[in-house]
Amino acid sequence: MSSLAKLVVAGTTENALLQGLSWLELRRNGHDPVWLKAFRHAAFQRVLERGFPTAKDEAWKYTQVGRILDVAFEPAEASASPRLSSAAIDQLAGDLGGARLVFVNGYFSPQCSSLMTLPQGVKVESLASALAEEGGSLEAFLARPFGEQTHAFTALNAACAEDGAFIQIPANTVIEEPIHLVFLSDQGTALLAGPPAGPVVSHPRSLVLAGPGSRVTIVETYAGILDEVYFTNAVTEIVLEEGAAVEHYKVQNETETAFHIALLDVRQERDSQFTTHSVALGSLLARHEVTVKLNGSGATTTLNGLYMPQNEQHLDNPTTIDHVAPECTSRELYKGVVDGRGRGVFDGRVIVRPGAMNTDSSQTNKNLLLSESARANTRPQLEIFADDVKCAHGAAVGQINEEAVFYLRSRGIPQLAARDLLTYAFVGEMLELIRVEPLRSHVEKLVALRLPTRGVGVAA
Amino acid sequence: MMLKIRNLCASVGGKEILRGVNLDVRAGEVHAIMGPNGSGKSTLAQVLAGRETYDVTGEVLYEGRNLLAMPPEQRAVEGVFLAFQYPVEIPGVGNLYFLRTALNMVRQQRGLEELDAMDFLALAKERMKLVEMDQSFMNRSVNAGFSGGETKRNEILQMAVLEPKLAILDETDSGLDIDALRIVASGVNALRSKERALVVITHYQRLLNYIVPDRVHVMANGRIVRSGDKHLALELEKNGYADFEQDTAGGAFRAAGATS
Repeated sequence: MSSLAKLVVAGTTENALLQGLSWLELRRNGHDPVWLKAFRHAAFQRVLERGFPTAKDEAWKYTQVGRILDVAFEPAEASASPRLSSAAIDQLAGDLGGARLVFVNGYFSPQCSSLMTLPQGVKVESLASALAEEGGSLEAFLARPFGEQTHAFTALNAACAEDGAFIQIPANTVIEEPIHLVFLSDQGTALLAGPPAGPVVSHPRSLVLAGPGSRVTIVETYAGILDEVYFTNAVTEIVLEEGAAVEHYKVQNETETAFHIALLDVRQERDSQFTTHSVALGSLLARHEVTVKLNGSGATTTLNGLYMPQNEQHLDNPTTIDHVAPECTSRELYKGVVDGRGRGVFDGRVIVRPGAMNTDSSQTNKNLLLSESARANTRPQLEIFADDVKCAHGAAVGQINEEAVFYLRSRGIPQLAARDLLTYAFVGEMLELIRVEPLRSHVEKLVALRLPTRGVGVAA
Repeated sequence: MMLKIRNLCASVGGKEILRGVNLDVRAGEVHAIMGPNGSGKSTLAQVLAGRETYDVTGEVLYEGRNLLAMPPEQRAVEGVFLAFQYPVEIPGVGNLYFLRTALNMVRQQRGLEELDAMDFLALAKERMKLVEMDQSFMNRSVNAGFSGGETKRNEILQMAVLEPKLAILDETDSGLDIDALRIVASGVNALRSKERALVVITHYQRLLNYIVPDRVHVMANGRIVRSGDKHLALELEKNGYADFEQDTAGGAFRAAGATS
């Protein structure tokens, strides 16, 4: 019996999720190099030691994961031939015009992907191939998100991840077209040949290394195809060297039966510029965490987020911006629109370390509740250990302005359309921040379709 | 008769504001409703536009139909327009898009084709001249960051675009300097026609130098207490409202010890 399986059998039967993973290492037996095996082993130990977060974990206060742990997810397998046309992917994720890497259940699908000719030295490939080629040189990167704070889901990703995207941009190289990473989930009934499997879990792991002075735009889309129960446990890591500029987007549009736990971990060196836009629309329960470490002076980071839970959805958006170096700037704007019995959570920490002088930070969270039973939790947290800093934060939870509804109605716009127009106006600010035009129009459509009139009367 | 109001009463939270208003307005007429603050003028305007925060009794017939039974959006597409005293700011909704959507709702009701963005822009440009508005207004959010004068001009622009049959102007003159007042008034005058009725609510006689009314009504304590021609406005300017308030305060009002 493999060590991992032994661990599982010996250490826990605490939940179905871990039980379902017990045969994972048996299958993979012998594939991994020694360092990776040891690394996975350590990561799995971490899962067992820490256990999964409970309500007592401050960082998971609003998000209970019991519903995930109760499902006997099976690890996804790489599929030989997903049945998915390019047009179908356009429909699901938008056509952004650049290179597109498609992953099915976390595994790279060459036949669904389209790789453009890219500048000399640029690597855009699957993590599995990168591991095969680069081997141990990736160890330091892969191991990095494992600090003291690492929770069980991140550790589980490390223990189990086999594939994802690997992007490396050499120094001073500029890539104009966005690189689109599409993660699709399916249990076999829609995409894959063969009989349907049980609920699957995938652990995509992506790594973006932006060399000094390089510039690139990365778009991650997560989507499901049928209303199946599945679980995406993703980790994406982005490293910006000195003067690099990375614009990152994430569209989480899983089906409303799915679970989605993700970490975007960013490290910035001197004078680098990072922007991320998170759009959270799908999943029954999702938690998209962003952690940014500003390690080099003069770095700028911008975190934008839009989350729109409805029905029974629970969408959690924890962020941590860690000002380690002086003279850095951070800007954060998250907006939530909560309908039905949905719940939106924003939990934003800004840490200013001793010595991070002249930090300039601002954080804003605004929530719009559309129904009586909608809920929003907002928790902005500033932890300042340096003098001479400029930090501002604000949070608001409100409802549609009925004065404005009456004004619009008095001009002939029906009540539902008026409410949608005002909701769309609230969201519009976030949509305008999306600079990749085809992505913006794709997201605009997705957002409009979620409004009660399905966007009739709000499309400009 | 375009508008026939009979014994209209409105209260909010048990407090009576309108206490039996009667008024007849014919197509082509301009009526001015004057009165002191708190007399119910603005409430009358809001009730006619369909504000749902009031408990309303009585009868309002608009072109012979029960206006009170219609939701606000239906009143609008049927041709009722209220120029608000305090238009609300709507950040994020573009003026151009808002006004085109509104116009197309009205056109739909009238059996006309919807206007596309280009045709609408041409129409809007032409109507903006009436109120001397700059085209840049169209690209701004509805009333967001507008000055007092700009919001009032924007209201009249909306009226010019939507071409209502019955327009109610609620203190459109308040907060305007003399130049802005002249612009707004000439915009309104340009919209006077045989088919259109105007109800102009104002505290001061000043506006009526520019928009000359056919009938003037004095409102006090929730009722119309006196009606006359345009000379009544001048009389009010000279003598103020105090006489009317004393004459007409209801029994309940007196019993509560009010002495105004």
